[in-house]
Amino acid sequence: MTLAPENEKTPVPEGYVRLTIDGIEVDAPKGEILIRTCERLGIIVPRFCDHPLLDPAGACRQCLVEVEMGGRPMPKPQASCTMTVADGMVVKTQHTSPVADKAQQGVMELLLINHPLDCPICDKGGECPLQNQAMSSGRTDSRFVETKRTFPKPLPISSQVLLDRERCVLCQRCTRFSEQIAGDPFIDLLERGANQQIGTAEDKPFQSYFSGNTIQICPVGALTSAAYRFRSRPFDLRSTPSVCEHCSSGCAQRNDSRRGTVMRRLAGNDPEVNEEWNCDKGRFAFRYLQSKERITRPLVRDASGQLVEASWTEALRVAAQGLLAARAQRGIGVLAGGRLTVEDAYAYAKFARVAARTHDVDFRARPHSAEELEFLTTTLGTTPETGVSFAAVEAAPSVLAVGLDLEEEAGIVFLRIRKAVRKRGQKVFQLGQWTTAGARKTTATLVRSVPGAEAAVLRELAAVTDDAGKQLVDALSAPGAVILVGDRAAEVPGLHSAVAALATRTGAKVAWIPRRAGDRGALEAGAVPTLLPGGRPVTDPAARAEVERAWGLPEGSLPAAPGRSTDEIVAAAAAGDLSGLVVGGVDPHDLADPAVALAALEKVGFLVSLELHASAVTERADVVLPVAPDAQREGSYLNWEGRRRPFGVTLDASGVLPDCRVLDTLAVEMDEDLFTQTPAAAAGDLERLGRHTGSAAAPTAEPGPTPRPAQVGQAVLATWRQLVDDGSLLVDEPALAGTARPPRVRTNTATAERLGLVEGEAASVATDRGAITLQVELADLPDGVVWLPANSPGSAVRSTLGVGHGALVRVAPAGALGGAR
Amino acid sequence: MTGTEINPATTPDALTPVLTRRWSEERSWTLETYERTGGYRALRTALAAHPDQLITLVKDSGLRGRGGAGFPTGMKWSFIPQGAEGPGAKPKYLVVNADEGEPGTCKDIPTMMADPHSLIEGCIITSYAIRANFCAIYVRGEALHPIRRVRAAVAEAYAKGYLGKDVLGTGFDLDIVVHAGAGAYICGEETALLDSLEGRRGQPRLKPPFPATAGLYASPTVVNNVETIASVPFIVAGGSDWFRTMGSEKSPGPKIYSVSGHVERPGQYEAPMGTTLRTLLELAGGMKDGIPLKFWTPGGSSTPMFTAEHLDVPLDFEGAAGAGSMLGTTAVQVFNETVSVPWAVMKWTEFYKHESCGKCTPCREGTYWLVQILERMVHGEGTPEDVETMLDVCDNILGRSFCALGDGATSPITSAIKYFRQEFLDLIAEQPAVARPEQLADVERADDTELSGAPA
Repeated sequence: MTLAPENEKTPVPEGYVRLTIDGIEVDAPKGEILIRTCERLGIIVPRFCDHPLLDPAGACRQCLVEVEMGGRPMPKPQASCTMTVADGMVVKTQHTSPVADKAQQGVMELLLINHPLDCPICDKGGECPLQNQAMSSGRTDSRFVETKRTFPKPLPISSQVLLDRERCVLCQRCTRFSEQIAGDPFIDLLERGANQQIGTAEDKPFQSYFSGNTIQICPVGALTSAAYRFRSRPFDLRSTPSVCEHCSSGCAQRNDSRRGTVMRRLAGNDPEVNEEWNCDKGRFAFRYLQSKERITRPLVRDASGQLVEASWTEALRVAAQGLLAARAQRGIGVLAGGRLTVEDAYAYAKFARVAARTHDVDFRARPHSAEELEFLTTTLGTTPETGVSFAAVEAAPSVLAVGLDLEEEAGIVFLRIRKAVRKRGQKVFQLGQWTTAGARKTTATLVRSVPGAEAAVLRELAAVTDDAGKQLVDALSAPGAVILVGDRAAEVPGLHSAVAALATRTGAKVAWIPRRAGDRGALEAGAVPTLLPGGRPVTDPAARAEVERAWGLPEGSLPAAPGRSTDEIVAAAAAGDLSGLVVGGVDPHDLADPAVALAALEKVGFLVSLELHASAVTERADVVLPVAPDAQREGSYLNWEGRRRPFGVTLDASGVLPDCRVLDTLAVEMDEDLFTQTPAAAAGDLERLGRHTGSAAAPTAEPGPTPRPAQVGQAVLATWRQLVDDGSLLVDEPALAGTARPPRVRTNTATAERLGLVEGEAASVATDRGAITLQVELADLPDGVVWLPANSPGSAVRSTLGVGHGALVRVAPAGALGGAR
Repeated sequence: MTGTEINPATTPDALTPVLTRRWSEERSWTLETYERTGGYRALRTALAAHPDQLITLVKDSGLRGRGGAGFPTGMKWSFIPQGAEGPGAKPKYLVVNADEGEPGTCKDIPTMMADPHSLIEGCIITSYAIRANFCAIYVRGEALHPIRRVRAAVAEAYAKGYLGKDVLGTGFDLDIVVHAGAGAYICGEETALLDSLEGRRGQPRLKPPFPATAGLYASPTVVNNVETIASVPFIVAGGSDWFRTMGSEKSPGPKIYSVSGHVERPGQYEAPMGTTLRTLLELAGGMKDGIPLKFWTPGGSSTPMFTAEHLDVPLDFEGAAGAGSMLGTTAVQVFNETVSVPWAVMKWTEFYKHESCGKCTPCREGTYWLVQILERMVHGEGTPEDVETMLDVCDNILGRSFCALGDGATSPITSAIKYFRQEFLDLIAEQPAVARPEQLADVERADDTELSGAPA
């Protein structure tokens, strides 16, 4: 037996320092904050103001420890949340130092003198760092017999966030989050001394898309949610890890439910994706689960034309018969929608091919183009490792956002970029119309374009060598640069091609960040007219053969020609060229022309709707089949990075079925097998198919003509959605709606003057179909351009105007447009 | 004093009028008077020298910061990174802390009132030495007259070519801005001052980084007290050896002692560092009406109080510290036998509670608590446990707060209990306490001594 020589010390690794904490020797990376090193050793130093994702503050003084440097004890206890580790440092925490212990108890006593003893009714009671740490580091009783400081409470600092100033320990986590992370410093400290308090400016509420995070990181019950306050106690809640269904970021979240109801949602901790944050939409928009409009039983249209409740057996039989008849006539189209899990999207893709026997399937429930599909084919199949990830976005030296307002349409990507801007000076370019709040907060350089002319602008910038163009090309040529493309890019002809050309020229990586959670997964699962699952081109005979073999279809049974896109399916249905439609979670008002879509739904011979809520589709459907919301099922999303985001069941799932199961059973009624009875089965089936390995060519479409106002009183319309708007999953949450940015019509000063518009007064934007009237706000748009929120209260652009981004509209002061409502 | 130049080294008597020597001149604050009495000559000497020579000169003089902490001034200047690259490439700033707010302190305001140009000349020399082209003088907002006076003096200096582009044809540029604070004691803390100067809420910053590397607008910054900067021209003119003829080895130079309270002639007494209260009392005409001394502060209320035992403690940095206090701002507040210690401590603590910025828990909550205990005690409802509770609360503030304001808030209480514990216990025993303000009014007489008037 050989004995290891004693006292042989391993050398300190490069970039590390060696220190001693409570007698334990530890190596820590240089620059690490002492409290983190303690955590890694399992030594928990109590703290309030410290948060790993916020800059150190040292305000609460709860984390004091004794420190010895170079053999000399420092005269005062040190805040371990502000001190960085150093070689040879000797640290004694409350476990080994009576001084540190006394200091911590002293601070705790002081924190409690003005804190109300209302834990029994406080939302935070039971999960409160103050409560917990008062137990671990506090005295058993208080010596304070004087008068406590009191404030009126609660103080609504927004419709969503309520402030109890008596409970506040002034750690400034909320103000630091708002300033450092979200860039919305609408809350700050007011007054001083014991009167110091968190507050807002008089006429400026805490209007931030990320305000809910302050509630979550508040270490006491000072910030509470209007929607959750007094609703339940933490120890009554059942917590389930889940994934957000609202956008393509796929944030980790925690669903807290009680007796079959989701009471609240919190941001989960996933350093690779959302760190510890989420947006208010993700946090608060879940009341749709209990909405009165929820459909829970199958509905079948009876002889009198009324939708009546029916058994699953009957509903599926009627649906199958109708679809079989439709298939035999002019065929069936499948509109899958962008909110599906990967498993459901696969089920729609397979249902279309196997049961409906068509490639007429499309998930794109929004304006789209053939060029887009070509472009998406080139971005298919990437993973966080091979494509662009959140980490890559954060590390990028420069970012160009195309057809994407980061804050409004990809909030968590926005937070990452803001972090990179703040910490590393990342350069951000925004191809758009005006300096939006998000652009301002990321100090983005606005590459201004007339709506519809973005492709031309991008091409021109890349081609010419003037300062602006050179700046952009140079920035994107730096290794690691990324171009982020939103799904709105499909509204501009040639834009995807221009992006592809720019990427080729600069070497920048391209990532597609669609707005909806299901878009990326549906693309990979083959819920598009040109692609089979796994990115297989429909036009590739070998790929078709592979799929036919895997699905047990007769050889050559899959059509060789691509199917029709959403718009084409809708047009075909409206023209009577399709006899049946299977519609997933699609809102016809989101489509390029809602009027045509509604007409198509009316006209089509047989309409089957798979839905959560009563909608314009269910109103017109022959059979309505209810499907399970995410909370009542398992499944997974593929987020924009191509990262699989699986989630489990939060609420009891009996009596509700996921789309894949409904489609599977419907197919069985049609005498076909999908093998998608459960999400797991669907996922396995998709997995077994594997991926296509061929490469696709980038699109090379030419930019369209630059839209120009042709007559007096005309302008070019720019439009996109705001994060909190009239989206169908935001129903029944008035507190959240109260934090939405007010809908405004925006133009620049010169255009406003020419059109006779006055800031603060109402103006109407009209087409022959209708008019939208909103208050005018001036912004730095190009001349002759007017901006509207796409789907906000009073501003449903596609539904009302029948046109979208890049269209010519009439603009005038409200009331001046004859005939317009 | 006359307008002729004097050599302080040969001035007899305990006084060494250097900074104060012009104060009794006719219209002492004007540029005309300043130049007539030798002003702006040191500037010409300084501008002819290399900046590093000036830093060395001030180092050699042993000048220590007059704002309270006594940090060696030349060393502070030498911390400013220089050079065309790296941190030295950033602009550098000089910020003068004229937010004189320490209770009892009244040396900077009279300096700015009576002799603003010595401050301005000091600013120019210092800026030149640290290679700053911008200097801000942050004056306490309530000090309206000094603000006007310094602004007028700055305007005069601009008109005469001492400020602005190409100072005296040397190619050196300097702009001075006189900034009015908004009335917060915390803004006398240098990093809070910088935040306030930047237009933010005045609360102390986390250190490091220190102002020498990331101060005003995250650039290298020297923050010095008015008296420190005003001393610079005299050091340049007189040399470091002359400066060291006054005071002690470690605390050289003259110091303005602001003697207030129960003395016959309160006022500013400029004497060498290390002057004792005994000497200062002699200069100030002794205790008012002969009522005996009870307690006093060597440098404002944040410095632990002294008693009659400490009459011969040399009032320099080492002497005051050695006797258990601090030199502070040499605001010598003198209290006679008529003053209740608990009452005085209560008044001081009320000040700290009012002025606590609120950033950190110990100072914010601790002062809030201590005031209530003291007020209850003075109003006749104290308990013997209160004394121990106060000491323990002070122990939980001292060394635990974010900045020195919290530490300072405990000084009056802990030192008062140290020297006058029995008085607290007696007060608790003999309830109710005497209503002190009324009693004080009886013994106070109209005081005709000018605040800014130096003794002749």
